[in-house]
Amino acid sequence: MSNQANFVDRPWMDPEAKPFIRVQSLSKNFGPFTAVDSVDLEIYQGELFSLLGGSGCGKTTLLRMLAGFETPSSGTIYIDGVDMTNVPPYERPVNMMFQSYALFPHMTVENNVAYGLKRDGIDKGEIKRRVDEMLAMVELTQFSKRKPHQLSGGQKQRVALARSLVKQPKVLLLDEPLGALDKRLRENTQFELMNIQEKLGVTFVVVTHDQEEAMTLSTRIAMMEAGRFMQIGTPTEIYEFPESRLVANFIGSANMFEGRVTENGPDHIIVQSKEPECEFYIDHGFAIQEGTRVWTAIRPEKIRVSKTPPESAEPNQLKGTIDDIGYLGKLSTYRVRVGNDTIIEITSPNLSRPRDGSLVHDWEDEIYLSWDASSVVVLTK
Amino acid sequence: MQNSGQRSRFLITTTCFGLAFLYIPMVLLIIYSFNYSKLVPVWGGWSIRWYKVLFESEDVWEAVALSLKVATVNACFATLLGTLAGLALVRFGSFKGRTLFTGMVTAPLVMPEVITGLSLLLLFITLKELIGWPDKRGFTTITIAHITFSMAYVAVIIQSRLAGMSQDLEEAAQDLGAKPFRVMTDITMPLIAPGMLAGWLLAFTLSLDDLIIATFVSGPGATTMPMLIYSRVRLGLRPDINALATIIIVVVAIGVILAGWIMFRQQKRRELELAMSSEEA
Amino acid sequence: MIDTDEIGNPAADINSSLKKRLFHTLQHNWKSVVVFVPYFWLLLFFFAPFFIVLKISMAEPAIASPPFQPMTEWVDDGVVQIKLVFENFVYLWEDDLYFKTYINSIKISSISTLICLLIGYPMAYAIVRASHTYKHILLMLIILPFWTSFLLRVYAWMGLLADQGTINNVLIFLGLIDDPVRLLYTPFAVYVGIVYTYLPFMILPLYANMEKLDGSLREAAADLGAKPVTTFLTVTLPLTIPGIIAGSLLVFIPATGEFVIPDLLGGGNVLMIGRLLYNEFTANHDWPIASAVAIILLIVLVLPMMLYQHTQGKQVES
Repeated sequence: MSNQANFVDRPWMDPEAKPFIRVQSLSKNFGPFTAVDSVDLEIYQGELFSLLGGSGCGKTTLLRMLAGFETPSSGTIYIDGVDMTNVPPYERPVNMMFQSYALFPHMTVENNVAYGLKRDGIDKGEIKRRVDEMLAMVELTQFSKRKPHQLSGGQKQRVALARSLVKQPKVLLLDEPLGALDKRLRENTQFELMNIQEKLGVTFVVVTHDQEEAMTLSTRIAMMEAGRFMQIGTPTEIYEFPESRLVANFIGSANMFEGRVTENGPDHIIVQSKEPECEFYIDHGFAIQEGTRVWTAIRPEKIRVSKTPPESAEPNQLKGTIDDIGYLGKLSTYRVRVGNDTIIEITSPNLSRPRDGSLVHDWEDEIYLSWDASSVVVLTK
Repeated sequence: MQNSGQRSRFLITTTCFGLAFLYIPMVLLIIYSFNYSKLVPVWGGWSIRWYKVLFESEDVWEAVALSLKVATVNACFATLLGTLAGLALVRFGSFKGRTLFTGMVTAPLVMPEVITGLSLLLLFITLKELIGWPDKRGFTTITIAHITFSMAYVAVIIQSRLAGMSQDLEEAAQDLGAKPFRVMTDITMPLIAPGMLAGWLLAFTLSLDDLIIATFVSGPGATTMPMLIYSRVRLGLRPDINALATIIIVVVAIGVILAGWIMFRQQKRRELELAMSSEEA
Repeated sequence: MIDTDEIGNPAADINSSLKKRLFHTLQHNWKSVVVFVPYFWLLLFFFAPFFIVLKISMAEPAIASPPFQPMTEWVDDGVVQIKLVFENFVYLWEDDLYFKTYINSIKISSISTLICLLIGYPMAYAIVRASHTYKHILLMLIILPFWTSFLLRVYAWMGLLADQGTINNVLIFLGLIDDPVRLLYTPFAVYVGIVYTYLPFMILPLYANMEKLDGSLREAAADLGAKPVTTFLTVTLPLTIPGIIAGSLLVFIPATGEFVIPDLLGGGNVLMIGRLLYNEFTANHDWPIASAVAIILLIVLVLPMMLYQHTQGKQVES
């Protein structure tokens, strides 16, 4: 039973939808080093798609291949149905925003933004109109006659954005767009980017190593490691349904327990771990044989902390001692020692205000942990 | 702390000595140009008679004119060729014959001038036998010779300037729709323009200063300024040459100081603008 | 493909379509053009001449203009050619004078390079450590002599070193000596001249290298307990080796073939190969010998030249 309304926001779910960017078996080698290892990717129109990973994972190389600055060693790239694998960058309907902004230092802001339009041979009046419009959108109209070295970091970034959008490209590639900005500016710019993207309906492909950024901006994230995709999904999917320990550990943090499947039923699994000794009851089925070694992962915010011991011994419970406390104002993080010497990380929102300056829990407190059956993720790799 | 103080004293003294070493000869040169006595080192009182003698010697002015002409033409062509060579070496990746090209572009920098001069003269003579040109050696042959070694210096300057420039800007231009040739004229050239200017000035100076190569490849009737100075000086000290030297030193000094001051001011202005803009944001 | 517009005026149209095609190929292959122009120039005016020098070094001198046997005559007489190939080089080998001169040239340029290094290294270091304003002024002071005429600066030393020259005058005035000391036309004068002229060539590459060094490396060494001298020997000095090599080669290679300085400051007394070559050429009109001398000099310098190119190549890459 398909719900048509859902597909507007999630075109990748629609079997009828044609991807706007299609990458097939794309590889790039630099001598003996494989930067991108035969990847497949489908990005749909209107998405804000992030390539996320640590340095050296190949995300920038992939982006540069989409832009046309690197020629693939093998594989194909289709943009809007057209094979663009070997098309030079100046002939692609794609524009890129560089990490260094790459503003032309010898041209004014106006001329920087107008440069791409001039290359297209558009008439002067039209160019002026579109440049003015763009500068107004990024709120830089009064800086139009300045040169790049007379601008601050945030202003330069907006010029770079204006310059890359004024040509109304079908796809905008952004290389670590927020990397050079300080924290507050980064947050503001994040929302600005999302607004502009929604307003113009341009497909964004963003490369970033900052997982918070990827989670905030993206419709979907592709996690990359050593030239391959580890997982592709929405932020929720990646966070709550990671498919490997790597992914689970990269986004946020996760408490990982190694154990064996002791029971596998149609609607549940039980995993038993030795250190700490614990029984995990998961409330959904999983195609796995009994006896297999697996890991269970639980996110820190999904664990409940209580001073009162539970009424009865049940799965999804642990007893421990508070080893360390971090008070962050709106939440507290606890490092709790369980079993022999395992440390579990827990974050709890500070829901109530203590009467005095005291903490809810204290160091060396004995504490009881519990979580829901639905909060446990089973990982086989 | 004491150690670093000692060390800086050592550095400062060496530098002072070094600078004194560099400048005292030139200062003396200038002083003796005002010496009344014909015997240069013997002081005979202040006088500007040698400047008068200098201004009245026709052959001196002819030589100066020839040198300036050669230097200007040489600088223009050397800058053009050197820039092309520098661009090719830094931005074109590998191409056929690149190693030979690199060698040919770098070698003139260190090649002893006697070798360059001799080889070029022999070339011109051979060419004359084969195709009848150049039939008279002089302005043309000197200029060709100078271009050949000047372009190496320009190429080095352009290469280092390009190497310091990240490819981002050129890629951005391409991304916005500029074809490679357009990228070169719109982006690369304007940004290496200061390097091209420096190269031009360097080529100009090197040409004005060259003695050996000009001697080898020149012909009767074409005497450059260094050739003239040399022929007069090898027999002994001459006060009118001191006068010429003083004029040259003063002109160069003014040029260098002016250039330095302009660059200094530009830098200060840039820093001011940078400070202003970061305050605004 | 016949364009109806073109049928009208065939001659002019062929011209314009040729131009169009030429322009199109130029646009398409513009990269080749960029490389080709300087390449061709250098091949013709720099590379080819060496082969001519080689050829003439194997010719027999003649009293004619130009003073060697015309090249065309060789082709017939195969036997004579073989004999000629080595004659000039054998002569150079057998005549003591040439051998001594080559060795002397290398000796003089090596020692001068070393002196330049000893003076230039601290100066370059001082400039790098100087405060912002001083740095600019110092650099300008170093560069200024470089832009003034080299010939005139050598001439200036003639005035200083002559018997009635300034140095002798000062020494006599101070009562340190009674009679003038022989300074001009001695090896000492040549050393002074070479060091004086080539000092900026040593300082500038050293400065360029030192300027790029990360100051925090020195601080890290100090933080780990190294005294300033140790820091210098173990951290700074090794990192400046590329600059030392570049500067040294920039002095050594051209200085070996120097002509003006041994001529003006050394008189006839100091044997250097540049002067010898020049004399063979102008005074003796023995072009084949002069060519042979040039070839040998090239062979002697080829290794240092290649070393220089190698280090420059590495610099550009980084």
